[in-house]
Amino acid sequence: MLTLIPLLPFIGFLFNTTLGRRVSKRVSGGIATALMFASFGVSVSVVGRMLGAADHALEQTVFEWIPSGDLNIPFTLRVDPLSALMTLVVTGIGALIHLYSTSYMHDETDSEFARYFSYLNLFAAFMLVLVLGASLPVMFVGWEGVGLCSYLLIGFWFQKPSAADAGKKAFVVNRVGDVGFLLGMLLTFDTFGTLDFQRVAAVAASMPVEASLGTLTIITLLLFVGATGKSAQIPLYVWLPDAMEGPTPVSALIHAATMVTAGVYMIGRTAVLFSHAPITLDVVAVVGVATALMAGTIGLVQTDIKRVLAYSTVSQLGYMFLAMGVGAYAAGIFHLYTHAFFKALLFLGSGAVIHALAGEQDLRRMGGLKRELPVTYWTFLVGALAIAGVPLLSGFFSKDEILFRTYASGRRVLWLVAVVTSFLTAVYMFRLVFLAFHGPAKAGYHHEEAGHHHEEAGRHTHLHDAPASMAIPLIVLAIGSIFAGYVGVPHALSGANRIESFLEPSFGVHAPASHEPAEAVPEGASAAHDQTSLELTLMGVSTVVALTGIGVAAFFFLRRRDRAEALARRLPGVHRLLLNKYRVDELYDAVIVQPIKRLSAGLLWRGVDAGLVDGAVNGVGAVVRSASGAMRRLQTGSVRAYAASLFFGVVVILGYFLWR
Amino acid sequence: MPSLNHFLVLSAVLFSIGTAGVFLRRNLITILLSIEIMLNAVNLTFVAVGRFLGTVDGQIIVFFVITVAAAEAAVGLAIVIALFRHRETLSPDAFMSLKW
Repeated sequence: MLTLIPLLPFIGFLFNTTLGRRVSKRVSGGIATALMFASFGVSVSVVGRMLGAADHALEQTVFEWIPSGDLNIPFTLRVDPLSALMTLVVTGIGALIHLYSTSYMHDETDSEFARYFSYLNLFAAFMLVLVLGASLPVMFVGWEGVGLCSYLLIGFWFQKPSAADAGKKAFVVNRVGDVGFLLGMLLTFDTFGTLDFQRVAAVAASMPVEASLGTLTIITLLLFVGATGKSAQIPLYVWLPDAMEGPTPVSALIHAATMVTAGVYMIGRTAVLFSHAPITLDVVAVVGVATALMAGTIGLVQTDIKRVLAYSTVSQLGYMFLAMGVGAYAAGIFHLYTHAFFKALLFLGSGAVIHALAGEQDLRRMGGLKRELPVTYWTFLVGALAIAGVPLLSGFFSKDEILFRTYASGRRVLWLVAVVTSFLTAVYMFRLVFLAFHGPAKAGYHHEEAGHHHEEAGRHTHLHDAPASMAIPLIVLAIGSIFAGYVGVPHALSGANRIESFLEPSFGVHAPASHEPAEAVPEGASAAHDQTSLELTLMGVSTVVALTGIGVAAFFFLRRRDRAEALARRLPGVHRLLLNKYRVDELYDAVIVQPIKRLSAGLLWRGVDAGLVDGAVNGVGAVVRSASGAMRRLQTGSVRAYAASLFFGVVVILGYFLWR
Repeated sequence: MPSLNHFLVLSAVLFSIGTAGVFLRRNLITILLSIEIMLNAVNLTFVAVGRFLGTVDGQIIVFFVITVAAAEAAVGLAIVIALFRHRETLSPDAFMSLKW
């Protein structure tokens, strides 16, 4: 039963790679989408059975994978609360995005359409292996698989050089992180003798918390390097904004809702290790918050609608890492879960805008779309409100949980930066909303771009809102963005914070529950009261911050757009720095790429390859040739010369033996 | 009664004559004959030493040598005839290249 979850999309992949080009779009897209919905249905029933199971976990060994002496790795899938939540997010949102794609990608040819869906199915299969894998190597299979699919889908329009380059960039940057993951995995095996998550956790739990740099710290730091690659954190975040070259539903599925959260998920999966390595946790928290702030500031000035969302994703992932870093694993996963809804919604909404404008992605050439695209506008607005952290929407609960936990852990500076980032989030999201949907309509695209394109396409003559297969996912996700947070209403608001108690067993050792009660259970009534009032205060602060952010955005981009331009002119250096993304790409190019190129060309190519390797091969040839040139003179062809040399040779040898 | 040394000296003289013939004569047939002389010089040594030691080993080896020499003469003369048909000469210096 458990195997079916990743197997169903994999069957879709096999079908669409082999027969896909021979069938119509309706069939290939329909099968891919239907299998995803089926996988979602199976997941729901599996999760239902898991909740009924005694220890809230189901396990299935599919086959013996690597039986080799001490190293015995079965291909085991396991579902526990953490992976259950992830499975539901991946299959549920994945299925919606498949449905959306059938309409969004409709202009592709039949074989391209099938290729797209085969990649999308393959991605879902690998992502589910990643999530359900019960040991590090099985997770690594999924980890590499989603990396591959990410490459294939970013470069889906590979005829465009920028898309092909972006795919390569994503692959190479991810590979840097994968080295960390792999080394961490090897060190884990060396230390614990097993790679199964539960057994590693059981051993690690009995180890002392490391105050200084020890084995656990090194393991977790290496794993975190892997996480920064996949989850786009400093210093390996550079591939994610470029990944927007892929089709928009791909950005929604892979680069917002699922794959990029793999790093966060992995830290949650190995939470026991991280809990025993406080140094790593500090690193995770600082990297997370720095990424959040940096990406948030860049997002303020970007003009490409998808790039704004990409930086917003990087920023929100930073929040999740911050939560992981302060030990609030449940809060991090909670934010991952709510973020999946509203970020998928925002990306699909932007896809609907781009689709309506026939490929236009530049915010400066949008405006006034509110009236033309009502469904898109209202759902997009819900997503923006949710991500900005406006009360009573899902993002509010998860983000506040993170802020509260950060503050409660005593890291006030990190909390302050996170609040500033939260303000930035509200500003750039509503800048996007106001620029795209409000303000004067740009007459240009109504006639020039749109008309031009549609003459070629030979249909629609005006802007059109999302068709049903695009609107349904938008509406479902909008409902999700509003209500998904209600599984985690904090105690302060007299909620039960059920998601935390649901997830908590996954972060501890696999033992009978109630071994350690949730942290939020108070020691004394007064302490609980203090906690509650603190949490309420912090909630108030972040609500004010979010609303202020929206207000600032409204002032600059709705009311007085000239002020925004004036501000940009007043601070040209800052503006240009942000517009150029802090020149990090240029820095990496100068510090890493160019030296490697020079080293490769100068030393490895001309020195080692041409000099040493080719030199050795050619040298052997030359030595043999010159030596045989000398020897050839002995081969005169005269039989009597041979006989004479034979004779004198015999005489010399005999002489030697007779007179020695 | 000649002693062993007499036989060995005679054998050495015959061998030297054969060697000189191989090096100095410029006719392939004469060279082949010289080789026969060398072989028979060796045969003489074998028989003499066998007699001296009172065994038949030397005579047995001589039979082998005679057999091989007969075969060698047959093949050698056939090659000589083939070469002569090509070049109308029997000088060994005319045949210096491996193929033509």
